[in-house]
Amino acid sequence: MNGRRILADLKVTARGYLRNPIALFFSLIFPLILILLFGLIFANTGSTVTTLYTENFDHSSPVSQQFLSDLNQTHLVAVQVISTSTGNLSVWLGQNGNPAGLVIPAGFGNNYTHHIATNVTLYVNPQDAAAAGSAEGAVQAVENEFNLHAACGNASGSCTPVLGFSSQNVGKAIFTYIDYLVPGLIGFSILTSPMFSMVDVTSSYRKEGIFRQLSLTPLTRDEWLASRVAWYTILTFLAAAIMLGFGIGVFGAKVTISIWLLPYLFVGPLLFVSLGMLAGSIARTPESAAVIGNIITFPMMFLAGTFFPVSEFSPGLQVVARVLPLYYVIDGMNQVLLFQNFGRALTDFVIVLGIAVVLFAGAVYLFRWKGE
Amino acid sequence: MAEAIAVEGLVKNYGSLAAVDGVSFHVPTGSVFAFLGPNGAGKTTTTEILEGLRARSSGSVQVLGFDPWSEGRPLHRLIGVIPQDFRFFEKITPREAIGYYAALFGTRPEPDRLLGRVKLEDKAHSRFDTLSGGQKQKLGLALSLVNDPRICFLDEPTTGLDPTARRAIWDVVRGLRQEGRTVFLTTHYLEEAEMLADRVAIINHGKIVAAGSPAEIIDRLGGAARLRIVAGREVADFVRSRFSNEVAVEGDHVDIVLHDHEEALAILSAVQASRLPWTGFTTVRDTLEDVFVRLVGRMDEGVLKSANGTPGNAA
Repeated sequence: MNGRRILADLKVTARGYLRNPIALFFSLIFPLILILLFGLIFANTGSTVTTLYTENFDHSSPVSQQFLSDLNQTHLVAVQVISTSTGNLSVWLGQNGNPAGLVIPAGFGNNYTHHIATNVTLYVNPQDAAAAGSAEGAVQAVENEFNLHAACGNASGSCTPVLGFSSQNVGKAIFTYIDYLVPGLIGFSILTSPMFSMVDVTSSYRKEGIFRQLSLTPLTRDEWLASRVAWYTILTFLAAAIMLGFGIGVFGAKVTISIWLLPYLFVGPLLFVSLGMLAGSIARTPESAAVIGNIITFPMMFLAGTFFPVSEFSPGLQVVARVLPLYYVIDGMNQVLLFQNFGRALTDFVIVLGIAVVLFAGAVYLFRWKGE
Repeated sequence: MAEAIAVEGLVKNYGSLAAVDGVSFHVPTGSVFAFLGPNGAGKTTTTEILEGLRARSSGSVQVLGFDPWSEGRPLHRLIGVIPQDFRFFEKITPREAIGYYAALFGTRPEPDRLLGRVKLEDKAHSRFDTLSGGQKQKLGLALSLVNDPRICFLDEPTTGLDPTARRAIWDVVRGLRQEGRTVFLTTHYLEEAEMLADRVAIINHGKIVAAGSPAEIIDRLGGAARLRIVAGREVADFVRSRFSNEVAVEGDHVDIVLHDHEEALAILSAVQASRLPWTGFTTVRDTLEDVFVRLVGRMDEGVLKSANGTPGNAA
């Protein structure tokens, strides 16, 4: 590796890029337009149906199952049962940006059947009034129905309510759409700039004989690669600065800028430069390379948490999201910028690094520099 | 070093197909060597093997004393290559391209001098994607000189260029030779090869079918000189009645095969004395193109007839 040659190639790459209005637009301007557009549209809106994350410690009881089923019937909330080993639900909801959660205690069904007063615990985010109102309305309505039913079936004829709920606030962090959009669109830039460009460059340079030409100079394949990774890392830093600047400055996004964002800004471009090269190397023509690149890029663009938090997706789509490399980049940046949950951020980073290393090795293996 | 390039028994197989089949030739240092052949003859494969871009199946190849495939990195510092249909980064100017190559090679050429040499100085600050085909090719030529190469590989450098651009590149090739550099030229233009090259090798179906200087090849493989008289059939009949030479009528002229130059004077005197009508005469002989077409078939129709020439080695 020779730094002078890498720098020379980096300069030529940067010049070419900066003189290409389309490339510049998609790298820096387009994400900016997206943050403005989505920020203005969604900044103060919420979902009409609130997802109610529920820990059911009485899951074997038909009464609790009926209770949850009736909650769904209200069409105010969509119950999503999560593992009872999730831990502190309040903290979990806060870290994942979910506005509403419910805990059904053990013995819920038995207590109800024997007319022993029992409470469910509802967690709501008071700053998300719509979600909080939906959740509280739904729980109250279903409890009233259950209490009425219990009272009517009571031989003593007393109408003492059996079920009640205590309402608590969602844990420390309270996030809005724009907060998620900032890391999401940084991820968008990390994905799109190298992917679209590298797929095109790898296939078209091969077709036009530019790699062949470069292979006759002292520039090595590894140096060329290093220069590309360096360039897309620079672009990523620029895009991140713009997203953070606009997100915070224009929309007041509540993100915490941290040094732990840096690993994602370095490894993210490496991952997608490698993936782009891989797609470009596999394809026989620039046209087929573009198709392969789009097939890989577009699902990630929409399903990895770029524009909407993955937690808002249906359970099936969440499974799909978790097989996309970009999911771990964006989730990791969410953990750093929003939740300061560095344990999970580290897990995400290790996954991103692992995928990047595998893809890089594959790209280097398949990428042909000489004629054969 | 007397020989810049030495190739012995070079073979390149693609599966069962021998693209290059036992080729041998030597290129003296400081000469212009033209490598000719129809499309698919093995020309580009051989050239790419010499440039270190392609591995050979067998045989020996030395370029400036290096094995191009295993010692490509040191060799590439000593050679310059301009591919046919040269392409480069679209948004970069010729001046920047030279700066880029200079940084890669660690050399300090004078960009203006290099651009002036290929007559591209007025486009020094134009982006590559705005250059014409000829200007792009000139830039490729300038870039191939950035590292002050000892051998220049020029792969069909003038294909598709207008006459002015072609002449500019010819001037550069002549200049390179005068500076003592070796030029390895592949071209479809036989006239170009005849004019520029010290030595020529013609490859067909992976084998060398003729080699030597253009004059040697024409002498050895070309037809005899002919006296061409612009006249009608009666002149042809007259010559046949008076001389034993082979006579043919072609359109508005009569071709008479000469055994030696003195015969031409005798035949012309006799025709003049006969008072038969004629309007002009010239002597003609085969060009390298005539020999080439005879050896490899009619290229313009894409029908490649098997060459009758004896596969041989170039000196």
